[in-house]
Amino acid sequence: MDINYNADSIIVGAGPAGISAALEIARAGKRVVLIERSPHPGAKNMYGGSVYTHALKEILKEDFDLIKYERIITSHTWSFLNEKGSFEMTYNNNDSTASYAVKRFNLEKQLIEIAKKRGVYYIPNTLVKELLVQNGTVYGVKTELEEYYAPVTILADGVNSLLARKINLRSDFKPQDMILSVKEAIKLDKKTIEERFNLKEDCSNGVNKQYFGTNFGYLKCIKNLFMMTFLYTFKDTLMLGVGANLGDLTKNKININFVIDEVKKHPDIAPLIKGGETIEYSAHLIPEGGFKKMPKLVTNGAIIVGDAAGFINSVHFEGTNFALMSGKYAGETAVSALDSGTYTEQVLSAYVKKLENSFILKDLYSYRNIIERLHSRSNSLSVYYPNKIAELFEIITDANCISKASQIRKYMFDFLKERGLREVVKDMFAFSKCGADVFFGK
Amino acid sequence: MQNDKENSKSIQNKLSTVKYNCDDSTHLIVSQEKCAKCKDKTCTYICPAGVYSVDENTGEIVVQYENCLECGACRIACPKHAIDWNYPHAGCGVIFKNN
Ligand SMILES: Cc1cc2nc3c(=O)[nH]c(=O)nc-3n(C[C@H](O)[C@H](O)[C@H](O)COP(=O)(O)OP(=O)(O)OC[C@H]3O[C@@H](n4cnc5c(N)ncnc54)[C@H](O)[C@@H]3O)c2cc1C
Ligand code: SF4
Ligand code: SF4
Repeated sequence: MDINYNADSIIVGAGPAGISAALEIARAGKRVVLIERSPHPGAKNMYGGSVYTHALKEILKEDFDLIKYERIITSHTWSFLNEKGSFEMTYNNNDSTASYAVKRFNLEKQLIEIAKKRGVYYIPNTLVKELLVQNGTVYGVKTELEEYYAPVTILADGVNSLLARKINLRSDFKPQDMILSVKEAIKLDKKTIEERFNLKEDCSNGVNKQYFGTNFGYLKCIKNLFMMTFLYTFKDTLMLGVGANLGDLTKNKININFVIDEVKKHPDIAPLIKGGETIEYSAHLIPEGGFKKMPKLVTNGAIIVGDAAGFINSVHFEGTNFALMSGKYAGETAVSALDSGTYTEQVLSAYVKKLENSFILKDLYSYRNIIERLHSRSNSLSVYYPNKIAELFEIITDANCISKASQIRKYMFDFLKERGLREVVKDMFAFSKCGADVFFGK
Repeated sequence: MQNDKENSKSIQNKLSTVKYNCDDSTHLIVSQEKCAKCKDKTCTYICPAGVYSVDENTGEIVVQYENCLECGACRIACPKHAIDWNYPHAGCGVIFKNN
């Protein structure tokens, strides 16, 4: 193609995936343009959240120490909610530095500063409307005002990935392929947060809680709602959010704001946020389709990374690590292609090889059926078992002057009778298959 | 169960915490023709920002695009693919500062 390129590479979208790709290419001394539609970095983006530092260190190298966080997340709780309370499990590791609670507005801002210092040409406030394609090869982008030309374009435009769809790299999503999430940033006094969550003043520890179960409040009237609640402690803010399958919300005609309002009333959650003031409300999608809904990852002259490619482990709320690392692999691939002077799909496929050899495609592959399996048993997970577990613990802790053996025998008998052997076997099958998938990774 | 009036009040309260750079034209265009034939009116209950409502007089869908949080849910949930969904113009739309 006879084109006057004005850059070596164009990156669309300055989230973690795009910034990481841009950094990698700039470090190799190439001219890279990073285009973002938002006026402020990170201001269109939303997560739980915390960013994973193993990936961040790989990307930033010596610049990693510049990153400022609000708290280090050292404690993880998985909690099963029922009407009266919950059953929960906590893992504390006070030495962990694996994830930082940072607001996206600050995370992307800091990453962009570093990227600019390393030679990335950052263009904010600019919306890419279309990809420029000739003879099946992407050769640049068209924004609202002008065109940019480069031999390699990297699509890091996030979950809605309108651009990939326009050039037919992906088919459109169905509601059941997405989780719709809303979040409230709840302002509370720093000291109150530290007292409530048993945290240190120096912000060297912090809490992430994940809640399952819908058998409380009005949520218990909703059939088959596959959802999760999350809570993160920041410095003087709590992040409380819910995510629910968009297909389930649509079928049940439920608005996601109603779900978070019910969650806020739960007796375990209400006291944690008491006295707090919501200072921001936000919404975002999470791609849930995973491996099975992956787009075509490369074409002549273009590569897809991060959420745009559906790289996320929605069971564990891991996304920034997938975004950062896929961006890095795309950047490396672009650099080799630029050095060789060929940008065909075949050459860029080196990116797919890198993904296959990394945790990204390995995890996506081993988790490919898990969400579907859990979803198919969502009533067991969200309603039935949280309740049954609560009943069991009531027997253990109630000291009600009835022999434990007789109560537990009755409990088991009732369990098999109510649930029916068939359902129990189906549950066991689904849950053990999930375990086996992760264990064997195949 | 879900009380639509209360829920929409709750949404309005929460939207007052959100900062926007308001665009001067809509980025969400619905095909009123398709909407007229749509029984469920999914957009009116799925949107976390309550952007869509039915005009009591004309029966048409009203789109308060200024409140959009740019999540993309309506586009995917609409059973008739009737929403021409775009991002607002560069620099416009929602600005999350505490996310
Ligand atoms: C509720 C929720 C909770 C989460 N919690 C966590 C968590 O705790 N930890 C974690 O690691 N991950 C979490 N994730 C996932 C994580 O946020 C994402 O995986 C990650 O942000 C993806 O990065 P990205 O760069 O691919 O996309 P994004 O961060 O979405 O960035 C895309 C960028 O592209 C820009 N853009 C889009 N289109 C255009 C265009 N046409 N022109 C110019 N710019 C454009 C956007 O404005 C945006 O800045 C969560 C996600 C959600 C929704
Ligand atoms: S759901 Fe789609 S077709 Fe139905 S009213 Fe809304 S926009 Fe129109
Ligand atoms: S993109 Fe999200 S917030 Fe905006 S109108 Fe659609 S559903 Fe509502």
